[in-house]
Amino acid sequence: MARITASVYTSHVPAIGAAIDLGKTAEEYWKPVFAGYDFSKQWIQDQKPDVIFLVYNDHATAFSLELIPTFALGTGPQFTPADEGYGPRPVPVVFGHPELASHIAQSVIQDDFDLTLVNKMDVDHGLTVPLSLMFGQLDAWPCRVIPFAVNVVQYPVPSGRRCFMLGQAIRKAIESFDQDLNVQIWGTGGMSHQLQGARAGLINAAWDNQFLDRLIDDPTGLSQVPHIDYVREAGSEGIELVMWLIARGAMADVAGGQKPTLRHRFFHVPASNTAVGHLILENATT
Amino acid sequence: MALDKPYLDIPGTIIFDADQSRKGYWLNQFCMSLMKADNRARFKANERAYLDEWPMTEEQKQAVLARDLNWCMRLGGNIYFLAKVGATDGLSFQQMAGSMTGMTEQEYRDMMIRGGRSVQGNRYLGEDGDAQPHRQPQGRNAQSDQKGGA
Repeated sequence: MARITASVYTSHVPAIGAAIDLGKTAEEYWKPVFAGYDFSKQWIQDQKPDVIFLVYNDHATAFSLELIPTFALGTGPQFTPADEGYGPRPVPVVFGHPELASHIAQSVIQDDFDLTLVNKMDVDHGLTVPLSLMFGQLDAWPCRVIPFAVNVVQYPVPSGRRCFMLGQAIRKAIESFDQDLNVQIWGTGGMSHQLQGARAGLINAAWDNQFLDRLIDDPTGLSQVPHIDYVREAGSEGIELVMWLIARGAMADVAGGQKPTLRHRFFHVPASNTAVGHLILENATT
Repeated sequence: MALDKPYLDIPGTIIFDADQSRKGYWLNQFCMSLMKADNRARFKANERAYLDEWPMTEEQKQAVLARDLNWCMRLGGNIYFLAKVGATDGLSFQQMAGSMTGMTEQEYRDMMIRGGRSVQGNRYLGEDGDAQPHRQPQGRNAQSDQKGGA
């Protein structure tokens, strides 16, 4: 059977992708950001996941105002890196896992979550920057990736509670797939940042670190935090953090299993406009 | 019943909700068109003519031509859409975000390196943080513009 072995949480700041693509990772400004992922790169080489279920948000790339799905599951065979206005990032095409994705769709929709299924879409920095951070620069990604896009651009976005419950349904779906697959689930975006108005540049390191603490130890409590707290405390774009609760909801302890092991924790300010946060939680091997 | 908007009391912040989205529909759709290299080239060759192809309001067109992102956002623009205009101009997100504060690029960058803008005094309208309306524009421009207020 397929099993979720670990969850990874990371910011997906576009400037990080640009720093990688333009060979700036050794610059003083960027060094501490990338140093925070040294452990993770080694870890994922050892883990060798077969599939990553990657929760991210589309930044007005695949979805314009013509169509705004709250939860969009990539069921297609492949997804091309998007041209977001600078030309496409020089990163490999993302290969999906249509069979597993369709199985997840069937299970999760029948579990009362009304997903939108997407067979064709380009993927933007929200998806490709986390892959670059964890795998570095490669000619091909070493595993399959199922994109899962969440609307956090146009209000109302889904609540943290809804995201956390959805994660639980995704866990049930993945763990009932009858191929023997090592699956990781990633939650991306955040941490505190605001990209607009006179309040642009807002960072709230204390709030972010409390979010990390609670994501590890009290995800159920954390899932009750209302939108307005994210916006007021972590900035208008800090709302992306609700996506981390999808990944956390898919961990074994939420379904009555063992508490995950914290393998890595990292926090740094700034990357461009944003506080960078990163966690790795591993499920116990059974 | 009107939409519940608990976020209207946050200073220096426009939440992109359904009302803003309706107002900014064509402005944002114009921005989306700049994800194609051919369209970027046509826009750069004659901005006004390109904008006139879109059913945007005259004020929205003026706001784009002025590259005034705060103005664009008041008219229904969203930063992730407007970023396509910035990308066409070769600007980074940091340059775009900074431009909305009144600070110079260097001032904004320095603020971020020092740990970013504090949330203290910037949670609710009526406090005294640096994002409050009575403290605009920010940075060294504040001295050169005695009229203040944004």
